[in-house]
Order: sequence, then C-alpha cells, then structure tokens
Amino acid sequence: MADRELVIDVRGLTKRFGDKTVVDHFDLAAPRGLIYGFLGPNGSGKTTTIRMVCGLLRPDAGSGTCLGYDVLAESRKIKARVGYMTQRFSLYEDLSIRENLEFFVRLYGMDRGRRRVDAALAELGLSGRAKQLAGRLSGGWKQRLALAACMIHEPELLLLDEPTAGVDPKARRDFWDAIRQYAAQGVTTLVSTHYMDEAVQCDRIAYIAYGKKLIDAPSRDIPSQVGLKGFKVHADDLDEAERRLKGAPGVEVLARFGVVIHVCGRDVRALARAVERIRGLEGGRADRFEPGLEEAFIFLMSEVADNFNGAGP
Amino acid sequence: MISLSRILAVFAKELVQMRRDRLTFAIMIMVPIMQLALFGFAIDTDPRHLPTAVELKDDGPLTRSFLASLRQSAYVDIVTIARREGEGERLLRAGKISFLIVVPENFERDFVRGARPEILFAADATDPVASSGAIAAAREIAARAFAPELDRLPTRLRGAPAPFEIIVHRRYNPAGVTAFNIVPGLLGVILTMTLIMITSIALTRENERGTIEALLSTPVLPVEVMIGKTTPYILVGVIQTAIVLGAAAHVFRIPFEGAPGAFALAAALFIFTNLMLGYMISTVAKTQMQAMQMTFFVFLPSILLSGFMFPFAAMPGWAQAIGQCLPITHFLRIVREVMLKGAGLADITGDLVPLAVIFAVLAVAALTRFRRTLD
Ligand SMILES: Nc1ncnc2c1ncn2[C@@H]1O[C@H](COP(=O)(O)OP(=O)(O)OP(=O)(O)O)[C@@H](O)[C@H]1O
Ligand SMILES: [Mg+2]
Repeated sequence: MADRELVIDVRGLTKRFGDKTVVDHFDLAAPRGLIYGFLGPNGSGKTTTIRMVCGLLRPDAGSGTCLGYDVLAESRKIKARVGYMTQRFSLYEDLSIRENLEFFVRLYGMDRGRRRVDAALAELGLSGRAKQLAGRLSGGWKQRLALAACMIHEPELLLLDEPTAGVDPKARRDFWDAIRQYAAQGVTTLVSTHYMDEAVQCDRIAYIAYGKKLIDAPSRDIPSQVGLKGFKVHADDLDEAERRLKGAPGVEVLARFGVVIHVCGRDVRALARAVERIRGLEGGRADRFEPGLEEAFIFLMSEVADNFNGAGP
Repeated sequence: MISLSRILAVFAKELVQMRRDRLTFAIMIMVPIMQLALFGFAIDTDPRHLPTAVELKDDGPLTRSFLASLRQSAYVDIVTIARREGEGERLLRAGKISFLIVVPENFERDFVRGARPEILFAADATDPVASSGAIAAAREIAARAFAPELDRLPTRLRGAPAPFEIIVHRRYNPAGVTAFNIVPGLLGVILTMTLIMITSIALTRENERGTIEALLSTPVLPVEVMIGKTTPYILVGVIQTAIVLGAAAHVFRIPFEGAPGAFALAAALFIFTNLMLGYMISTVAKTQMQAMQMTFFVFLPSILLSGFMFPFAAMPGWAQAIGQCLPITHFLRIVREVMLKGAGLADITGDLVPLAVIFAVLAVAALTRFRRTLD
C-alpha cells in the first residue's frame, strides 16, 4: 500500500462549529484506485470530513494533500478534478435533466460537452426524458442523475455522500458495478453509507463516531479487529429465544437473519453462559461461528448510538 | 484565470431559470406599466378645470373680454369674481380655489399707454403636479384673451413684447416640482426597486435550495458567478427603460431634449449599479425573506432622500449626505438634466463619476463577501 501513490493524504483535520468539535484530528490516506467506505451514525461527521477534503469547508486545523494539491491553499485545483455528490440533492430542480448536465460540463470546462452529455444520458437511460425538469424526477432517479452529474467531467477522485439513499436494489447493484469499474481504471472513491451490503463492497473502511475515527482497516480485517465471538441460535419459537437472550450479560449483538439469531460478544465465556438460557426451548440449538463484517458493524453501530448531540462518549 | 465559457454557462442557466419563473418575469415587466398607469390616471399631469377666482380691480372692455376668454379656457373654472380687496387671497389660503387671477387697477389705461401692466396668476402649489399645467398655460391664456384687442392696438404696440406682463406666483411651494420631474424620476424608482429585488436573491436562492453546494464544488470563480448571474437582468432593465421612455414620449408628452448617447451610458451604468447592489445584498442575506427586507431597506431612502419625493436642496445636510451615496440620486439628476434641460455628456460627468464609484465599491464588496466555502 505504501508504494502506491496517495490520492488523499490528510492529517489532523479538525472542524469546529461554535464550541462543538465536529471532526477531531482526522487522518486519512487513500491510495489510487481504492474504494474507501465511511461509516458512522448520524451526525458523526462524515459529511463534514468529505467537505473538508474537497475544499468546501475550511478546516480549523490539520493539513495535507488531495490529488497532490494542498487542501488549504489549492482547493480550486482540487475541485476541478474531484466529483462530489452531495448528500442532499443539489442540482437545479427548475432546470431540465439535460440543462443540469450541460451546466456542469461547461463549468468544468470540458470539451465536446454535448457528446458527453448525450453519452451520460444514454448511460443513465434518460435520453428520452432529457427535457424533463430535474425536480419532477423520483427520489431514486434524482440520486442517479446527481451521480451522473458529478462524474461528467471524468474526475480522478469521487466523493460520494450516501449516494444510494433511496435507490432501488437493481440500480444499487449497477451503481456498485460502475464504481468497481472506475476503481479498476484508477479512480479513487470515498463513499459514505449506512448500508451493510455496501460497506462490504469497500476495500477499506473508516468507522467514525463523534468526529473521531474509531476503526480504519481493510474491510476483511474489521471482524478480527472488533474481536467478536458468536453463536448461531436456532429454535422453533425464535421470538421466545430472542426475549431470553436480550440484555443477557455478554450479549453485545443480537440480530435475526431469517430463521437464525446471531448472538455475538467479545467475551466468549460470558456469551456461552448467556446462550445457555435457550436450553429447554423446543428445537433449541446453538452453534459457534466466526462473526463477519455485518455483525461487526451492528456491534459498532449499537455501541455509539446517535451522535446528534455530539457531546462525545 | 477567468473563463468566458464558465461565465456563459452561469449566464445561460440564469436565463433559463428566469424564463421558467414566469411570474417573476411578468412582475418585472408589469411594474413599470403599473406605476406609469397609476401616475398617469391617479395623478393627472395636465389637470384642467381648476377652481379659480378672478379679482378685477379695473373695469372696461379689455378686462371684460379677458374675463370672457378665461371662461372659455379649459384650464380654469371661474367660481368667483372677487370684488373686495384680499378676498381672493383668503379663498386661495382656505383651499377653496387653486388659482387666483388678479387684474390690477388702471390696467386698461396702462395697457394702451404701453406701460405693461402686470396680471397676477397665483397658484396653490401645495399640489405642484396639479397646478403646474395651468401655470405653464397662464401666458397662453392671457395671450389668447387679448388677441382680438391686440389686433386693434396702435401699430407701435404690436409685436413682442406683449403690452402686459404676467406674474406667476407659486404659492406655498416655490420649488414647484412638476410632472415633468415625476415621470423621469419614476424610471429611477422602477429600476431601483425591481433590479435590486431580483438580484438580491441571486445567491440566497442557491443557498436556500442547497444548490450552492454543487455550484461551489466546481472550479467556478466568484467573479464568474457574479457576472453570469447579473447580466441576464440587464435585459430586464433595458426593457423597463424602453417602456418608461415610450410612455414618457407618447402618453405624457415629455420632451427628450438632450443627447441620447449620454442618456444610454448613464442608464447602463445605473442598471449595472443596481444589479451589483442587489448582488451585494445576496452575499449577505441568509434567506430570501432577509433579502427582501434588505431591498426595502435600500428602497425607502431611495424614494425619500434622492430628490424624487422632496427637493434635494431643501433636505437637511445629513439627509443629503445619505442621498449622495444612493445611486438613484445621481441617476435622477442625470435623467432630468438630459431629458428636460438638454444636457450632454459633459454636463452629467459630475453625477456619472459618483455612480461609477458606487458601482466599483459594490462590486469589490460583493466579491470580498462571496464565500468560496460553505462555512
Ligand atoms: N454548518 C453547520 N453548522 C453547525 N453545525 C453543523 C453544521 N454542519 C454540520 N454540523 C454538525 O456537525 C455534526 C456532524 O455533521 P455531519 O453532517 O458531518 O454528520 P454526518 O456524519 O454526515 O451525519 P449523517 O449520517 O446524518 O449524514 C452534526 O452534529 C451537525 O449537527
Ligand atoms: Mg452526512
């Protein structure tokens, strides 16, 4: 990893709003072509961090480079080569789909603008509706248009803030296929998400809470970093099994997957004692298993609930 | 490096948005028409049939024929023939009449002798708009009244000057703002009101709708946004100017005496300045509501302290100082100078320069205020 060129290389990024520190000494290093996932509860500072990386917010402290340019002094050069998709729809609702794309193509000073717009429309499958006002699109289509708009200038770095919120599963799969394809071509992606099935698609994951990075590791290493042990619990009456396990000492993750309950915790002995509680239930059975990414994320998410108040743990 | 293509991109986008927002566009065009109509109908700039008293201190064929032709004049309606000294003045002060015409003693004798006796036309000028038409017509009324008499005069008295003198007193408002002043002034008021209002939401709207985030994530420069966002409204300003000038010429019959080139230059500069003032507001206001409030904050002094409502020279020093900082003050002077007094470019530089200074200050202020970030 170290021998690969770093597209994002920032250290100590800090942002305060008033007396509240929203992002706290954040380090981030992303080599070319990496898909970097940002996870964290609401209000944990994901959007704020992304905005600082692309020069939309001025950090109160910290320094570094993005695409080789100084994040503090050269934000215009960074902006020219970054595609930023905002969390909230920020295209012009009173412009048509085509007009929106044309506007951004021209602001980025791209040549053959018309052909690019036509190509983007075709890829989106919106060629027939190019004249429709963007504000009239459904939520999922707005997301897809916004994504197309932020890619229209062929950026080297994609900053995607919850890009698939409200997008249907088929489109979500297409979207991730596209991201993988771009990554293979050397486009780096920083993507924030609340979806587990998207998190597993990332090469590397940063888990953020209260503006601090709690975990930063390749996604396959996350389960071992969290250190969860687990049991798969079967029972004829799953509801009763769940009631008995809930709140038991040692149980830190309790999640139903179809007809099994995954029960996980970091203390394997306490966990084993807790699982004893299902003894005697009709069809009751518990098998050891190695928890994966999903359980790790559920654990992380439950550990730091909502960050809205930002007071910190 | 400023890019023309990016400016054009912002320009085209604004143009499309302006076209889609039909209501706002319609209001921009309707405002001048509505204001002109209001001033055209509610305030008759050429009022007739003003209640008039005539005080006759002489009696003779000449006076009688003068009286007869006054009765025929459309401007005045004679309600009283005052016989007693001071009666006419009392009526005028009481507001019973708006016009008093006094024929002096020994008028006929002096007329024939060529001693040029004075006929007094005293007008109640508290409503200057109302009386100005009649005042302007006073000389003609008299000339027409005495025309038959003049033909019978001995030849030595014929030709200019007329064998009598007309004295006009504008009572209660000697400055006498006239209708000619109001319509050109309206041009300034309309441009100020609509152009500031429309550009004051230029950035505010982007902020409120969240589109500023996408806009700022592109490499567009503040100056490109500023030029691209204001220039579409130059067109609106030009249309409004054309409407007012058209109405001034054809409805209100106001002459255009001066140099059209000088006028066009001043109007263009004034339009730019107003757009810049509005844009400056939009860099400050956080919501469209705030932008509107700030627009009215500028608009009120523009009406009250610019010389549009009250004569500028009659205002106290502090009010004049504020007025000097308002673009409309200078524009009003320019318009009146050019339209009514036939001024050329050289005559109006004294007001063009302050206008240009205000423009430059606003442009610099707006560019410094513009945030490249969301902080
Ligand atoms: N402009 C601002 N002024 C003041 N506080 C802000 C501002 N923007 C964000 N915050 C605060 O900063 C914190 C982090 O916000 P941020 O939007 O970065 O969170 P997030 O991780 O993106 O959350 P979400 O998952 O809900 O999108 C929140 O507590 C938020 O209230
Ligand atoms: Mg966010």
